[in-house]
Amino acid sequence: MIREFLRSRIATAALAALVLIVLVAVFAPWIAPQNPYDLAQLDLLDARLAPGGKYLLGTDGQGRDMLSAIFYGLRVSLLVGVASGLIALALGGLLGVFAAYAGGRAEQLLMRVVDIQLGFPAILVALILIAVLGKGVDKIIVALVCVQWAYYARTARSAAVVERNKEYVDAARSLGFSHLRIVLRHLLPNAMPPLIVVGTVQVAHAIALEATLSFLGLGLPTTEPSLGLLIANGYEYLLSGRYWISVYPGLALLATILSINLVGDQLRDQFNPRLAR
Amino acid sequence: MPAFILRRLAQTLLVLFITSALVFGGLYLVGNPIEILVNPAADEAEKARAAVALGLDRPVLEQYWIFLKGATTGDLGTSFVFGRPALEVILERMPATLELAFLAMIMSVGIGVPLGLYAGLHPHRVSSKAIMAGSILGFSLPTFWVGLLLIMLFAVQLGWLPSTGRGPTEDVFGLSISIFSLEGLRYAFLPSLNLALFKLSLIIRLTRAQVREQALLDYIRFARAKGLPRSRVIGVHLLKNIMIPLVTVIGLELGSVIAFAIVTESIFAWPGMGKLVIDSMFQLDRPVVVAYLLVVVLMFILINLTVDILYAALDPRVRLDGTRA
Repeated sequence: MIREFLRSRIATAALAALVLIVLVAVFAPWIAPQNPYDLAQLDLLDARLAPGGKYLLGTDGQGRDMLSAIFYGLRVSLLVGVASGLIALALGGLLGVFAAYAGGRAEQLLMRVVDIQLGFPAILVALILIAVLGKGVDKIIVALVCVQWAYYARTARSAAVVERNKEYVDAARSLGFSHLRIVLRHLLPNAMPPLIVVGTVQVAHAIALEATLSFLGLGLPTTEPSLGLLIANGYEYLLSGRYWISVYPGLALLATILSINLVGDQLRDQFNPRLAR
Repeated sequence: MPAFILRRLAQTLLVLFITSALVFGGLYLVGNPIEILVNPAADEAEKARAAVALGLDRPVLEQYWIFLKGATTGDLGTSFVFGRPALEVILERMPATLELAFLAMIMSVGIGVPLGLYAGLHPHRVSSKAIMAGSILGFSLPTFWVGLLLIMLFAVQLGWLPSTGRGPTEDVFGLSISIFSLEGLRYAFLPSLNLALFKLSLIIRLTRAQVREQALLDYIRFARAKGLPRSRVIGVHLLKNIMIPLVTVIGLELGSVIAFAIVTESIFAWPGMGKLVIDSMFQLDRPVVVAYLLVVVLMFILINLTVDILYAALDPRVRLDGTRA
């Protein structure tokens, strides 16, 4: 499977880029030229400098090094995207598998709720939730989990419906295993591959959605700027030709989302039995 | 069919009720609009008077009850900021959003279907691969960032198009519309292009997948064997058959374009419903936010319902079982 993945040059390059991005985000405090949120390290006289020279990617309105700001921003964006993705995966995946195992009314009810929610675009659901919850890292993660869980629930249920009638489930049942054990140890692992595929795409969606909300001023507080907020901060300078404050964080965001999508595309093709390989 | 529609209408009322309760309750907790609405220098007595005038002095359940009673007669409350019925304020901004959504859909279909058709008919050409790579890029580009780049390139650097705002409007059947004049279109071009980008990528991919699937089927081979010209086989036989799923998706996407207009309108300062709701959220203009969400949710439910019914009418294999909002 790994060898097959590496055979696609684009997917391999995307995976390499993604690993690099994650490393940069994790080690940002050690590799960034400055701590962009330590006011003592900022020099107002260096505000709005063009890229090159002392600051590789220029500086923003407060004399903050854009490269460091992007490193720190990546950290926040990835943290929010991955955390919300994992929580939604656990929540939606479990609900979906349990629903498939239980069948009957419980399954119908859950799927009805999923259908209703997926009838609305993610941005609208997120907007309603942010209007209700307010700002903050924890709140935006909650909102993104609420937006995403339905995708996982639908995927997990359709995978588990196929599995639930297989002989190994009957065997587990006749051995007298508890329902909980059958669901967690037998059904869930077999529903994982499609969930992982949906997961990669969803993390990219979550990062983009968080950036959009932050850009609108509805996402994260200004004390923890994600890439979306950095782009928003550069908006006012854009009209006077100081492009770098908005453009470089945008490129970082694009690179992140694009590499996740490309890796996800490849995974989907590999897991899809209908595509001839 | 009637039972299906009735069940769906009941479900619609339930969804609207839940949305209104959720948003009303949530917004109540977020902050005190009085602090924003009243002059900061005002004393406590003045603030209390304002709270009474807006009905904010009552307990939240009573406020919600008053709202529900009004909602049954089509009154969704009075905007704190505008001092006019919230529904009126929203409906006034609706034509601006709809014309943007309309232009965006025309762009994405007008460009997306031909490109997808080409990429599907010649899957191995370099140009087709470039089209598909472009569509992945279109999926991955954050919409709001593209909007900024468009402004930077076409408005700031090249100076060809205005950066923000809406062009002059004229009265068409009682609605103020701006896209029937050249000047209006100059203003609408960048925002609708921005809004179209994501849908464009979606339609390219969908059309290509459909073409590749259908081109192998017997009816195409038969039409060719009859000696029909290639243009007729593609333009009539193939296009007609790929249109059924495309029309469904386009119908459903119209709703999401309207929702996504929130982002585009904020960037381009386009005076539509989306910009209104973002401004209202910052000003804690609760009635407008609640009314906007209810109007849009209702719009969505109606679009989905129409698509479901049309689908069942077009394709007898589809059974209506009442799922989906």
